[in-house]
Amino acid sequence: MPIHDQGYRRYGGRRELHGRAWWVIARAGLLERVRERRFLALLLFAWSPFIVRAVQIYVSANFTQASFLAPSAATFREFLDQQSLFLFFVTIYAGSGLIANDRRANALQIYLSKPLTRVEYVAGKLLTLSIFLTAVTWVPAMLLLLLQVMFAGSTAFLRNNLFLVPAITVFCSIQVLVSSLAMLALSSLSKSRRFVAIMYAGVIFFAAATYQVLRAITGSTAWAWISPEDTVDVLGDAIFGLPPGAALPLPAAVLVVAVLAAGSAFILERRVRPVDIVT
Amino acid sequence: MSVQYGTAWALQDITAAFPGGAVGLLGPNGAGKSTMIKALLGLVTPDRGEMRVLGLDVRTAPLQIRTRIGYMPETDAHIPGMNAVSFVAYCGELAGLPRADAMQRAHEVLHYVGLGEARYRNTETYSAGMKQRIKLAQALVHDPDVLFLDEPTNGMDPKGREEMLDLVRDIARNKGLNVIVSSHLLPDVDATCDHVIVLDKGRVAAQGPIEGLKGHGGRVFELRVKGGGKDGDRFADVLRAAGLECHGTDEDVMRVFVPDGRGARDLFHLAAQQGMQVRHLRPSVPTLEDVFVDAVGEKA
Repeated sequence: MPIHDQGYRRYGGRRELHGRAWWVIARAGLLERVRERRFLALLLFAWSPFIVRAVQIYVSANFTQASFLAPSAATFREFLDQQSLFLFFVTIYAGSGLIANDRRANALQIYLSKPLTRVEYVAGKLLTLSIFLTAVTWVPAMLLLLLQVMFAGSTAFLRNNLFLVPAITVFCSIQVLVSSLAMLALSSLSKSRRFVAIMYAGVIFFAAATYQVLRAITGSTAWAWISPEDTVDVLGDAIFGLPPGAALPLPAAVLVVAVLAAGSAFILERRVRPVDIVT
Repeated sequence: MSVQYGTAWALQDITAAFPGGAVGLLGPNGAGKSTMIKALLGLVTPDRGEMRVLGLDVRTAPLQIRTRIGYMPETDAHIPGMNAVSFVAYCGELAGLPRADAMQRAHEVLHYVGLGEARYRNTETYSAGMKQRIKLAQALVHDPDVLFLDEPTNGMDPKGREEMLDLVRDIARNKGLNVIVSSHLLPDVDATCDHVIVLDKGRVAAQGPIEGLKGHGGRVFELRVKGGGKDGDRFADVLRAAGLECHGTDEDVMRVFVPDGRGARDLFHLAAQQGMQVRHLRPSVPTLEDVFVDAVGEKA
């Protein structure tokens, strides 16, 4: 367009069909985060256990004296357990402002006056956080599995532990979904990103502390249902076929996780509403 | 159509048409303007009756409606962490434009609204007037068929206000977009719109071409009597009893509507009968405020 002709022009180009706004929202969220050096540093640091494990696998595969470092199915469960710490920090850093910042800036008015549904808005925000959480859980775990095959020079381990692929996928999905939904729900309750972060950390730590206190008093680990982290751990042990770390029945653990997810979805449905956008 | 919230009817038995061009939506607080806006955006469906926007039913096609509508909200609204170009392009993408087209359109509309030089600044650093312009830009980027402007001159200085009104007139008269202006500032609506719909307590109090509504088939006078205050109110009651419409404005000045066949002599005669002195009498012209007050029965 010539510089001298900068008046308003009618648009005669292509228009996309509905239903892609969730990806536009997710992409914008991803780009906004990766531009922050501190966040990139956090993501890189979250891969440090992967590097340690990769070296262990390499050494065990190439030096018989180090065969005690050889991985087993439990190794991957332990790795994901380690990654849960980074899951926590990435959830807080990348997730606390997802909806809170939009509420503070009245951005919901902008979003929901466009041709997109509330579901697309939430899905876009959920996808933003889920991608980052998957990058510190599922991706390094699957890469470790791949490295094991590459360094060992055979697929024997994979063939003997084929269940690891769905186990890692299902467990990581549960971790990512529960963390993402809970954080989004909390983010929709406030206009302050910091307050949301404190709320999330508070809920996690308070619940875990309460569980430990009850466990110390009663001597029973069945109280694990109080702590979302420990409940998800029970599910993880079951998925990997390992002895449970708490005496919480599996159906109860599934129920707790389902209630958490449903509760988060309910909060999002109440807080992300189009009818409040016009004041 | 009617819209109900709980047991209260926010809009009741509304029958209205927004013709092409520029239409003003007026009404006091609680009149139902916000509900009308929500309904136009397809965010609220009528509990009774039917509502169509650009031929599309708000019940069955809300997303298609929002594809063709641009909305400029009243309050400050932006996407945090973005500069103007990114923000407007993002809004274009959300409205269905391909990414490259959205970016090009963003530059064009930002130049059009007068933010060309500041388009790479973070929107959170903008002044009130610039924020109004960028809200207009994000409403225009996807080239809507209907543009809804809620208090478009909110917080702007006089120069900025005139520029915004010029933009609205240009959009409505020269660019072929239909514009709906919701504003408490009657001069803004008078300056930009050809038609007006006045809401009051959930019902349509008046609608039609502004010039047609202004025409009383008579004359308008500004009048002030000695003493003002209670004396003025008493004289207003006398005028109404004599069949002359009048309403008060600020500074104890009344606006009196005198039908054809009567004139200023009648006003002096009535004042003399009441033993009151006329201190100010000047012919005036009908304004949109007269239409508004006549419709809702209170000061604007």
